[in-house]
Amino acid sequence: MQHETPTLYGVLAEFASADELVAACKRVKAAGYEKVEAYSPLPLHEVNHALGHTSKLSSLIFCGGLTGALTGFGMQTYISVFDYPMNIGGRPYFSWPSFIVITFEMTVLFSALTAVIGMIALNGLPQPYHPLFNSAAFERASRNRFFLCIEADDPRFDLAEAKKVLASTQPLLVEEVPH
Amino acid sequence: MEATKDAAVHEHHALAGDRKDLPVIGPGHTLSSITDKITSIVLRRDTPLAWAASLAVASTGLFFLVVSVAWLLIKGTGVWGINNEIGWGFAIINFVWWIGIGHAGTLISAILLLLNQQWRTSINRAAEAMTLFAVACAGMFPLLHVGRPWLAFWLFPVPNTMGVWPQFRSPLLWDVFAVSTYATVSALFWFTGLIPDLATLRDQAKHIWAKRIFGMLALGWRGAAKHWERYEIAYLILAGLSTPLVVSVHTVVSFDFAVSIVPGWHATILPPYFVAGAIYSGFAMVLTLMIPLRSVYGLKDFITDRHLNNMAKVMLATGLIVAYGYVMEAFYAWYSGSQWELAMINNRMFGDAWKSYWALILFNVAIPQLLWFKSVRLNPFVLFWISIVVNIGMWLERYVIVVTSLERDFMPSAWADYYPTKWDVMLYVGTIGFFFFAFFLFIRFLPVIAVFEMRSLVPARDPSARKGAATSSTANTEGAHG
Repeated sequence: MQHETPTLYGVLAEFASADELVAACKRVKAAGYEKVEAYSPLPLHEVNHALGHTSKLSSLIFCGGLTGALTGFGMQTYISVFDYPMNIGGRPYFSWPSFIVITFEMTVLFSALTAVIGMIALNGLPQPYHPLFNSAAFERASRNRFFLCIEADDPRFDLAEAKKVLASTQPLLVEEVPH
Repeated sequence: MEATKDAAVHEHHALAGDRKDLPVIGPGHTLSSITDKITSIVLRRDTPLAWAASLAVASTGLFFLVVSVAWLLIKGTGVWGINNEIGWGFAIINFVWWIGIGHAGTLISAILLLLNQQWRTSINRAAEAMTLFAVACAGMFPLLHVGRPWLAFWLFPVPNTMGVWPQFRSPLLWDVFAVSTYATVSALFWFTGLIPDLATLRDQAKHIWAKRIFGMLALGWRGAAKHWERYEIAYLILAGLSTPLVVSVHTVVSFDFAVSIVPGWHATILPPYFVAGAIYSGFAMVLTLMIPLRSVYGLKDFITDRHLNNMAKVMLATGLIVAYGYVMEAFYAWYSGSQWELAMINNRMFGDAWKSYWALILFNVAIPQLLWFKSVRLNPFVLFWISIVVNIGMWLERYVIVVTSLERDFMPSAWADYYPTKWDVMLYVGTIGFFFFAFFLFIRFLPVIAVFEMRSLVPARDPSARKGAATSSTANTEGAHG
């Protein structure tokens, strides 16, 4: 895909409220832009709806949990039944009810690790540099302002056009973000 | 301007579905005022003298910890008061006490999140930090109690040249997995919650090194909608995982006792009664920490009377469950007709440890009944003292459970007495020192309240914003006045 201007990351607009950001997301989406991202100091479900974001993280965590359960139960069965069978209080070697606690703990451990590592990895973090950090205004995205960026590698991207669309959404500020 | 403010306050009440008499957040707050107020505790350049003095006192405790652990490693567990009969002593009493304290943090951050309780928002971060440090203190005791802590990895199923494996039918091994999983998940939950706030600190910090360090810790978080989407999934699932986890951890701790056949321990009431006791002592510790914290740092707008009131109610409820546990223990002993059970409860109430038993009844059952009165729940001073009383009472409970059942074995020839030594006491005081040391560092270097979660309690609009008023060059100066 050919960049309109290779040194440009995108056009960024700043908003004072979440409602204005949601309205702007809808308008920009309606204008046909695909590579659009919103930035906010708190999670906003409406924005995700407007931008059509979904995530496969939940299924990943389920797989992590399942792996943990199988690992926990399998490990205990292998050790206590096959590799190192010991008579403990006359119980059968395969005394599975006593394996449940550790199976549960391993399920939780693997799921939690998958949740956190998966969230960080799918988000592409850690990422010390990002073009948006070139914008001085963007510091407010972690404080009290809401941002919307049309990225330059969008197939429909045209600098003047993108600026016009964003300007029509009543932003506080519209600026170009260099790479 | 005034009208806008009123409207904002009104809207925030509507948003929070709130009780007007006891709001979860003080009136008039905005996205920027919340951010500035909480981050200023971390980003201020001058270190408050009171903080330095508190840290100095806590580090004295830390010094005790270092000395008592060093002496223990040199001489062995013989420096403690444990003997053939009372093999557990202070180490296990303190382990159960600390891990129980940790449970309130998880309850606040996970269970109250799932129950959609908005009042958790301003206390979850500090409560989770408390959990983490309490679990660290708890973990030290079994580790040192094994006698040779450098071989503690034998507790885990590590393939080794001796060809032996751990014994998976033992509750003590379940405990190894439960506590280590709990410590890991608590740390993950805490760090995940911190990421967006670390980004805020990175953006708010003026000092280049503060910017760099917070920048590295924030992993490059930029609040993208896609990131928030995954973040919320991960956070919610962590809460969903922590909820059964926290119940399982203290259940497994109670299994250490209940799966044995020792009179006073071998009872089905133990798991629920231990879990309730854990939450009870944990909420007491949260109050012990929060009441001074909110007045010293002027956070009464965020940690409001509503929070104190609700925490006191949780304490009252769990305290009553614990009281029910005490009654049932006595009832079981009587109803069982077993001479061993009867002798145990008789010894517990009227034997050598009678003072501890009746003190715990006074501290855990009698005094907390004051919490039925709203005037008591809303009086921070009285509440603070009740929380201290409950902390002591819950420690005595574990002392009584551990010692009275072990000191009178089935055969009189195996009876013994338990006297903790100065090293027992010093190690215990040392962990308290470590706990407060870590907590004071946390207060100074990380946001004590989850900033991004607090933002959801106010209207998502910045009333100070005027169109065209903000340009990139005025970002920082404008920010300071918000």
